[in-house]
Amino acid sequence: MTPAALMDTLQVVALLLVGAGATAVVRTRNRVRQVLALSVYGILLAILFLAFQAPDVTLSELTVGAVALPIVLLLAISKVHKRAEPADPADPADPARPAQPDRKPER
Amino acid sequence: MTSRQRLWFFAVAAAGLVACYLWAFAGLPGFGHYPGPYGQVILNEAVKQTNATGVVSAVNFEYRGFDTVGEEFILFTAAAGMSVVLRKLRGERERQPLDETDSAAAARPTQTGSAIRIPALLLVGPTALIGWWLASHAQANPSGGFQGGVILASAFILIYLSGEFLTFRRLSPVALLDAVEAVGAAGFAVIGLAAVAQGFPYLYNYLPLGQTPGAVSSSGTIALISFFVGLEVAAAFVLIVGELLGQSLLRQRSA
Amino acid sequence: MQIVPFLVVAWVVVAGLYGIVTSRDLIHQIICLIVVQSSTYVLLLGVGYVTGGVAPYFYDIPLHTKAVDPVVQALALTDVVVEAAVTALLLSFAIQAHKRFGTLDPHELAEFKG
Repeated sequence: MTPAALMDTLQVVALLLVGAGATAVVRTRNRVRQVLALSVYGILLAILFLAFQAPDVTLSELTVGAVALPIVLLLAISKVHKRAEPADPADPADPARPAQPDRKPER
Repeated sequence: MTSRQRLWFFAVAAAGLVACYLWAFAGLPGFGHYPGPYGQVILNEAVKQTNATGVVSAVNFEYRGFDTVGEEFILFTAAAGMSVVLRKLRGERERQPLDETDSAAAARPTQTGSAIRIPALLLVGPTALIGWWLASHAQANPSGGFQGGVILASAFILIYLSGEFLTFRRLSPVALLDAVEAVGAAGFAVIGLAAVAQGFPYLYNYLPLGQTPGAVSSSGTIALISFFVGLEVAAAFVLIVGELLGQSLLRQRSA
Repeated sequence: MQIVPFLVVAWVVVAGLYGIVTSRDLIHQIICLIVVQSSTYVLLLGVGYVTGGVAPYFYDIPLHTKAVDPVVQALALTDVVVEAAVTALLLSFAIQAHKRFGTLDPHELAEFKG
């Protein structure tokens, strides 16, 4: 194959992977799994940007999409995930709260 | 309205949206046949005018520098907004990381495995160095303030990921991060204003352009601006992660 | 090949919007918003691509080689980093909503007034 045809094939494959990745991210309903899917989607996007001859954007997308965004998301998820909290030892007025299962939508 | 009605409504709206998209894309010159003169003109003139071989950074910090100032201030505002939104509400108290009861301490793992700690700690130094290098070499390579700043921030985050949570808190005091972020954002604005003070338009490139295209000391204000942007982005991201971490320490007091 | 990138962009936008519309969790909605934003990067880079062009860095290649458009790359580059910070701000709103109302379901949150 000529180099131009090879490049075309690479770009089409990368585009299809990105489309599939986006569908996968949207269809995952569990929070933590969705963050992992987003991380993989970021890497697929980075491959696509590289095939589009944009190394700058590739670097940005790799650092942000695979490092910064998943960390920020996981920290937020851990904050809203309720689990049984033990009684606060320093506060005599704080009763131990009963465990309330968080509403995880399972579709 | 019920979920099904909502879905049908969305289907109709999405069909309309896709129709408009396809109509718009039909008017574009196909993929790969970029016709616009602006890109070609910049490619021809950028290296001669700014002595920067990285044309994308030249566009970012010189030709479209005003847009980049705006983007940087979006970043600044987002970090500041997070600090405001996540303030301590009445009734919340910060839990000291060490005053756990025995059952609580046994319930959650306190020591990250060595397989994570050791590589993470080993990678902190090289990551910081790479981030610093990227932020200062915008004019030659596919690098620049934005990418270098995020990588520099991730060096700090690696300290947290390796389990050294207290070290992370000690190394990233909010006051210092606020100051660094402000220096970064203000530095960019001040460089532009310094051009105005000399009688040029805002963000005009007034520093000496250097001899070799693409050397570190060439391209005038581009390298300097990229360095300040790197500082600002790194501080903003470490602040963001620090805010979210501080949230997980807050404990709700009843009533 | 002429229109494949633009079709993928349209698909990603519709998929992301579908996720936002049918979501029962604020954090899921925020991640679908990230997906919609990512489609704009693909669109920007797709518009600026020149067949047979190389990356616009002339450190070691002769000056007038055919290269892709640098302006859209500059736009996409700052876009990616800023999106992460704005997502963090959105997440902080979600955290505060959870603290005040105890739930992250947008259908239930819509019923609270004031």
